[in-house]
Amino acid sequence: MQQNKIKNNPLVKLENAGVYRDTRWLVRGVSFELYRNNIVTLIGPNGSGKTTTGKLILNILEPDEGRISLNTNRIAYVPQKLSINSTVPLRVSDFMSLTEHISQSKIIEKLKLTGVEKLYNNNLIDLSGGEFQRVLLARAIAKNPDLLILDEPVQGVDFQGEIKLYKLIKEILDEINCGILLISHDLHFVMSSTDHVICLNNHVCCSGSPRDVAQNSSYIELFGEQAASTFSVYSHHHDHLHNQDGSISK
Amino acid sequence: MFDDFFIRALIAGVGIAIVTGPIGCFVVWRRLAYYGDTLAHSGLLGVTLGYVLGFNMSFTVFVISAIVAFLLLFLQKRTKLTGDALLGLLAHSSLAIGLVIIAVLTSIRIDLMGLLFGDILSVSTNDIMLIWGGGSVILLILFFIWKYLFAGTIDYDLAKAEGMNPDVSNYIFTILIAGIIAISIKMIGVLLITGLLLIPPAMSRNFSISPKEMVIFSIIGGVMSVVIGLFGSLEFNTPSGPTIIVVSMLLFILSLFFKRGYNNLRIKQI
Repeated sequence: MQQNKIKNNPLVKLENAGVYRDTRWLVRGVSFELYRNNIVTLIGPNGSGKTTTGKLILNILEPDEGRISLNTNRIAYVPQKLSINSTVPLRVSDFMSLTEHISQSKIIEKLKLTGVEKLYNNNLIDLSGGEFQRVLLARAIAKNPDLLILDEPVQGVDFQGEIKLYKLIKEILDEINCGILLISHDLHFVMSSTDHVICLNNHVCCSGSPRDVAQNSSYIELFGEQAASTFSVYSHHHDHLHNQDGSISK
Repeated sequence: MFDDFFIRALIAGVGIAIVTGPIGCFVVWRRLAYYGDTLAHSGLLGVTLGYVLGFNMSFTVFVISAIVAFLLLFLQKRTKLTGDALLGLLAHSSLAIGLVIIAVLTSIRIDLMGLLFGDILSVSTNDIMLIWGGGSVILLILFFIWKYLFAGTIDYDLAKAEGMNPDVSNYIFTILIAGIIAISIKMIGVLLITGLLLIPPAMSRNFSISPKEMVIFSIIGGVMSVVIGLFGSLEFNTPSGPTIIVVSMLLFILSLFFKRGYNNLRIKQI
């Protein structure tokens, strides 16, 4: 992985990025890099600027301060909120090809991955929240992106499905060699499968490997003692070490 | 069998319905009903200016509609007012300005009823060429921006994130609505154009399962409304615009009864 990083430019690089709206900074001073085959996770309380940071990277919002460089245009996005106007008759299959034509066999294959291939012909507005979330994820994967931005991708998904989908997200990373930015409340997953965690609270509170972040005092302050201890339960074996700045050493 | 003017009206009306079908679907999907209305109201000002300046009516209507559309975008950025308030402001101010100009300039005689409700008698060969020529251009442009416009219609953020340039397609679509109003205002009238934009897609939604189906059924519904409406208008000596809209409304009511059966059929088939 070390070699990968030297060879490749980062997919995304934020330098001191910030967004100012209505007399306050939604988020400020965010700097990090996201490389291929890496998962960077943003955690933080409500209104801490996680989604805003995602939208900055996606060019939906312009930074009022700092710089964002994006080194790919093969991007797929699973937004936190997506409300479909019921006057649009839209089947799952139509939605899968929304921003890029995708063959029928590939659509079915990806829907199978997220466990919703039976919904192929269903109307999008008739899906439950969890089903819709699975379709959103399948659509994003089907695009074979370089960069995948997932904003609370498993919200509303049942517990069994949640574990499966998180496992799937890990598998996607290996399969299509993309970089993933994950915005999640799910500390369990974050702590077990992420390479780099950024804890936001309108600014970067702390960042680093999950292990480092879990022990950081500002993280404990934000999420409480119990959240910090979840890490120990899900701790996994590492063959390398993550440094505070996101680099990796053997 | 029929008089020339009637044949001309049929050709013109069918042309308009073919274009209002797909454009109307996007108007409905994007919740732009009042937006179309506003542009149509400003059409009266466009028509008046056409008379005053001696330009082609469709040209001035198009220009005024486009100006109003961009004024709206400008005001949305400049003020804290919401879209509906701004639309009302623009619709009624431009309508009022148009009416005031008509009243002041007593030298010009404008058939106000004809403008408000459409007049089949007035359709000339030039109008037909404008409708079919302009309509083809509108549909061609829509065809090319379809993917981008549709993605932006479903979700702005998603479209923007995945490189679909929703802003550009939104602007182009704004111009297309101005265009369709410009070419159809003479035939359908200021007050009822939005009806032809909205009602056939509304009818079509009742038994469509995909966006493309909805567009096709909207065109069919629109063409049926125009043809039946024009024959009705001839038969009962009623104004063409309102008669066409009444027919489309009747088709909408009929579609309510077909709704369920059709949907079940389609889903079983798959």
